[in-house]
Amino acid sequence: MSQAEEITPKGRGELRDQPPPAVSRRTTFYGTLFRNELRTTFRRWRTLALLAVLAAVPILVGIAVKIETGGDDPSGPSGNGPAFISQITNNGLFLVFTALAATLPFFLPMAIGVIAGDAIAGEANAGTLRYLLVAPAGRTRLLLTKYATVMTFCLVATLVVAVSALATGALLFPLGDLTTISGTRITFAEGLGRALLIALVVAASLVGVAALGLFVSTLTNSGIAAMATTVGLLITVQILDQIPQLHALQPYFFSHYWLSFADLMREPVYWDDLVRNLGLQALYAAVFGSAAWARFTAKDITA
Amino acid sequence: MGEPSATEPDPEGPDDSAPQGAGEDVIVTRALTKRYRGGQLAVDGLDLTVPAGSVFGFLGPNGSGKTTTIRMLMGLIEPTSGSARVLGGPMPRASRTVLPHVGALIEGPALYGFLSGRDNLVRYDAADPTADPCTRPTRVAAALDRVGLAAAAGKKAKAYSLGMKQRLGLAAALLQPRRLLVLDEPTNGLDPQGMREIRSLVRELASDGTTVFLSSHLLDEIEQVCTHVAVMAQGRLITQGPVGELAAGARGRLVVTTPDPAEAARVLKEQGVGDVVLEEDRVTAEPPDRELADINAALVKAEVRVRGFALERASLEDAFVALTGEGFDVAG
Repeated sequence: MSQAEEITPKGRGELRDQPPPAVSRRTTFYGTLFRNELRTTFRRWRTLALLAVLAAVPILVGIAVKIETGGDDPSGPSGNGPAFISQITNNGLFLVFTALAATLPFFLPMAIGVIAGDAIAGEANAGTLRYLLVAPAGRTRLLLTKYATVMTFCLVATLVVAVSALATGALLFPLGDLTTISGTRITFAEGLGRALLIALVVAASLVGVAALGLFVSTLTNSGIAAMATTVGLLITVQILDQIPQLHALQPYFFSHYWLSFADLMREPVYWDDLVRNLGLQALYAAVFGSAAWARFTAKDITA
Repeated sequence: MGEPSATEPDPEGPDDSAPQGAGEDVIVTRALTKRYRGGQLAVDGLDLTVPAGSVFGFLGPNGSGKTTTIRMLMGLIEPTSGSARVLGGPMPRASRTVLPHVGALIEGPALYGFLSGRDNLVRYDAADPTADPCTRPTRVAAALDRVGLAAAAGKKAKAYSLGMKQRLGLAAALLQPRRLLVLDEPTNGLDPQGMREIRSLVRELASDGTTVFLSSHLLDEIEQVCTHVAVMAQGRLITQGPVGELAAGARGRLVVTTPDPAEAARVLKEQGVGDVVLEEDRVTAEPPDRELADINAALVKAEVRVRGFALERASLEDAFVALTGEGFDVAG
């Protein structure tokens, strides 16, 4: 039931056959449901709350840095903290990098886990899944629509963090040319370009978690269970990634190369880990995407 | 059905590729069986035939396999063995071509509480790839109007009462003109006025030529609207056929209402009437094959005062009890 070719409804013509819709089937086949899915997702109070929390993180970080350095302390904040935090006082644009580095390990993937885990299981839980499938949405089409929506959410969530950080940084700190990790100077405009690129890489880093969450979502009829499992897996993997004895496995953890986005701030850009990260995300998307498809298309819908 | 196969060629075997014998059947299942993981046999060798244009009542106690059957017909559950054809297409493989012509209400309505009633329908309509987005607002409004929800269309669905949710579920089934409507307990949660409205809606749809497949536990409801009926118990089909035939299968009762029941019973027995049962002020018996007026005359001649003398037609409930050998509410 997965072929995407055009299908003309046939049947016993004499009763009440529909005239074929006048619109182009191919453009609406995925488009209509996807648009509706986006609208439905982003109209939910829960989605907006997640985005509000994400937007609040850079504001809090910015205020904290401002207070900490307010008393004319020439040494600035020193020691630990997310990447780039010591540079924020010189240039507000660094708040974007700091905020992404601060939210990528947990806040962002947790939000993705909630949306992805709920994607299929939440519909099953509410019983709306059976009506979508009887409509008939088509199982492959519905799954692809859900995955596209979760990936859109990845992008929107990352951009929310970036934009909130940029706005906070611009309000609280000076802006201007910036120094890369390698010590070279780049213009503010180029810095903005790098920031956008970093946001896109961060969004792409979440593709693996999104696929994993979607797969978990096809396994259960409880939205809460799927969300909890996905977030639980996320935390477990992050902990395992810290255990030195597991170094042989760690390159396969979806979070292992997450912070490689900082390499985009080198001059020239150091691509190795960035490429490894994107490759790993593609692998996760392929493996768990296929698993989700295999599971969902063969599943008995009893909810 | 002119063409031998309304869908793509079936790899399943001769059973599927054979042209439909009776071209007018909307649902045909052959030896349809579902065994859940864990070994529970939910549906056992079901041979169901729903003729086009009928209002088909699907009866059975809770747990008799009705819902599993409906889910298999709608492509939600894969049968363990056997086949099911809906509108000529094999399910679940032909879901995409068949289901746009089918409106369904399965195990009660399911709605997005955070969306308005109208937006719920828009979402379900968007899920149907054959639905024309240009006519969507009109069709949604018409469906809401048809079930009497036009005034509450803008309210969030979580604020709806059970009856309103049921109506919204029905509206979703009516978003497009359908060839088949599958309604699982459509009057659940409705008040008597709502039930009457649904019954007249079903009649109206049926008179337009839509086949209606209606499951219900309300026997009199089935009796009032259905032309055909099938009875299931413990996963098996017990009987199916036109309602009249089924009710006729169970014999009626001769009922004599009288202030002298004992005397009446004696006379009836004298007349050779079987299975005489004495109740407070009435006597019931199996109707004999001879002229009933003669029996009445005999009663009067024996000076039994007769208030009423009638043949009570068997109800569907009598037929049901006779078939399943148990009360209707006993779960299988």
